[in-house]
Amino acid sequence: MGQTGEVTTTDGPRELTVGMGAGGLATADMVLNIGPQHPATHGVLRLRIVVDGERIITAEPVVGYMHRGAEKLFEVRDYRQIIVLANRHDWLSAFANELGVVLGVEQMLGLEVPERAVWARTLLAELNRVLNHLMFLGSYPLELGAITPIFYAFREREELQAVMEEASGGRMHYMFNRVGGLKEDLPAGWLDRVTHAVRAVRGRLPDLEALISGNEILEARTRGIGLLSPEAVAAYGVSGPIARASGVDMDLRRDAPYLAYPELFAPGGPGRVVTRTAGDCLARLEVLLEQVHVSLDLADACVERMRSLPQGPVNVRLPKVLKVPEGDLYTATENPLGFNGYYLVSRGEKTPWRLKLRSASFNNIGVLRELLPGALISDMVAILGSTFFVVGDIDK
Amino acid sequence: MSPAVEVLVRTVAVLAAFLVLPLLVGQTEHKVMAHMQGRLGPMYAGGFHGWAQLVADGVKFAQKEDVTPAAADRPVFRLAPAVGLVPYLVALAAVPLSPGLVGADAPASAVLVLAATAVGILGTLMAGWASANKYSLLGAMRAAAQLLSYELPLVLAVASVCLAAGSLSLTAIAGAWSPWWLLWQLPGAFVFLVAAVAELQRPPFDMPVADSELVFGAYTEYTGLRFAFFLLAEYAGIVLMSLLFAVLYLGGWKGPLSGDLGWLWTLLKGFVVSVLVIWMRVAWPRLREDQLQRLAWLGLVPLALLQLALTGVWVVATA
Repeated sequence: MGQTGEVTTTDGPRELTVGMGAGGLATADMVLNIGPQHPATHGVLRLRIVVDGERIITAEPVVGYMHRGAEKLFEVRDYRQIIVLANRHDWLSAFANELGVVLGVEQMLGLEVPERAVWARTLLAELNRVLNHLMFLGSYPLELGAITPIFYAFREREELQAVMEEASGGRMHYMFNRVGGLKEDLPAGWLDRVTHAVRAVRGRLPDLEALISGNEILEARTRGIGLLSPEAVAAYGVSGPIARASGVDMDLRRDAPYLAYPELFAPGGPGRVVTRTAGDCLARLEVLLEQVHVSLDLADACVERMRSLPQGPVNVRLPKVLKVPEGDLYTATENPLGFNGYYLVSRGEKTPWRLKLRSASFNNIGVLRELLPGALISDMVAILGSTFFVVGDIDK
Repeated sequence: MSPAVEVLVRTVAVLAAFLVLPLLVGQTEHKVMAHMQGRLGPMYAGGFHGWAQLVADGVKFAQKEDVTPAAADRPVFRLAPAVGLVPYLVALAAVPLSPGLVGADAPASAVLVLAATAVGILGTLMAGWASANKYSLLGAMRAAAQLLSYELPLVLAVASVCLAAGSLSLTAIAGAWSPWWLLWQLPGAFVFLVAAVAELQRPPFDMPVADSELVFGAYTEYTGLRFAFFLLAEYAGIVLMSLLFAVLYLGGWKGPLSGDLGWLWTLLKGFVVSVLVIWMRVAWPRLREDQLQRLAWLGLVPLALLQLALTGVWVVATA
């Protein structure tokens, strides 16, 4: 904390009118354990906070309740099996998680992936991004006490999940990527159904937006709350929508493009990086909302492109035993929640010697210890929710 | 009818209304909220559109173990649900459905109702303190802070109506009501509705229970019937405040055929207000406790005082 803590806390201690008038009473700070079982922690994140009345003095995220040793497990699995594991840490972005592994392995093998597979992957990754964001657009208002948006968000998720399921067979852990491409070709007529689903979601999105944006209570709860400075973003390695809401204009899809993103994010393309400068909870929510629109546009562009591509394979035939040549490579992708990186060290065997996972949520919640002090417990929920984390992505 | 029998009949009638009306509101909440959210709500219990869902819930609550935490202040913990529930029963008895249909026709029933409902919050405070749980304590503290913000506007708003009618009796107030009041007492009606929702700890003012922050506030440690009593108190509160709103601001039993069906008009108007209260829960997030305080002291209290002055000037001018 100390000096840096001051930068990011809300603008000076606000007048506190909550709680008992403690003028004549001796008060003691109270240690409150939020979690590991608490409705606002989406699972088993634990925050150990010290509160004076309702004002938070210190906050310490305690992580690891869901640590599953993913990195160690990677070391005793071949590359096909690793995909199964690797898509699990952030269970809302399974497809995006798979991508990093296969892209890294393909690059080390020097594989050329068929163009159809590249565009299909991009399409699925963007649909996955929309699915992820819709989840938070539903759950975040829920934490602020609005119970309706989650039902609207889930209706749209259902629409998109149907097409994801039709292609991959999975609704959550798609397991559709393979080293060299995709598991199998897309079903006949699937692209039309994607177009239809995207159009339906885009058409009904205003229903959800009307509940969220412009709501006075929601703005009162989020505007100016949990201010995150660009310096703190850099210091803690925060990335993704949260960083962009603080005015940090970085997005790997544009800055270190992979898949079909160079074309999509080229000038005149549908891709654009959504940023806000306020750095508060509201800005983070707005970024998420707008990114849904951008991703839907990208999905449409991918569908258009795929229609014009000639029929052809979507994967490359590989030997039964896949060995990655000796060497090391760091592959980073822009996951829905931020940077997701795999550092792959191979000694030429069929399993990696080491596969280090850099997940977005781990860094993103680290900054909580700067954001929370000075806030009220109600704000704590607003701030916690606005860091858009997945506990599996924290604990790996 | 001998006085003893009459008292018995009135008591049983009030008790029946007290048990049935909250269930009706609860079931309405289930279904209205569900349809507003693109869901169906309960569909199976009882066969027809899940009409018996709340009865089934009641049976479930009755079967559950009644747990008192080891560290709890036992007598206070066990007494709290009753303190939270009974005041609404007392208050309901004094609310008239029509000039002849009232549990207990007290001369100053408006004061009685306000006084009785103000006691209910004590149950929450007792529960929060006695639970020996930090979340419960925080919830109780929030409830206490909330108490400060709604009680004054509520009383001021009712005072204005009493002034307009020249009576403290709810029956007389509704009797003196005319459609012109809808405009004249509009600011007061708004203040009353907001303050009533705050008193009921319903969204957007449900900070004392705030499930995503305080688990379930003061009620966190409660199970079984005692928990059910708190829930019943919440819905009985909605019934009471809605009927009160109907009687004070919407003319109660006044309407076509009010001679025979006046009570139905009161219930119907109250029901509409209940749906409004439910609607708020569907539409809005939750405020922060200090934001409610701000709203109350900078918005509701001045507005209520303005209404009081307006009413006073008009009454004196037309006297």
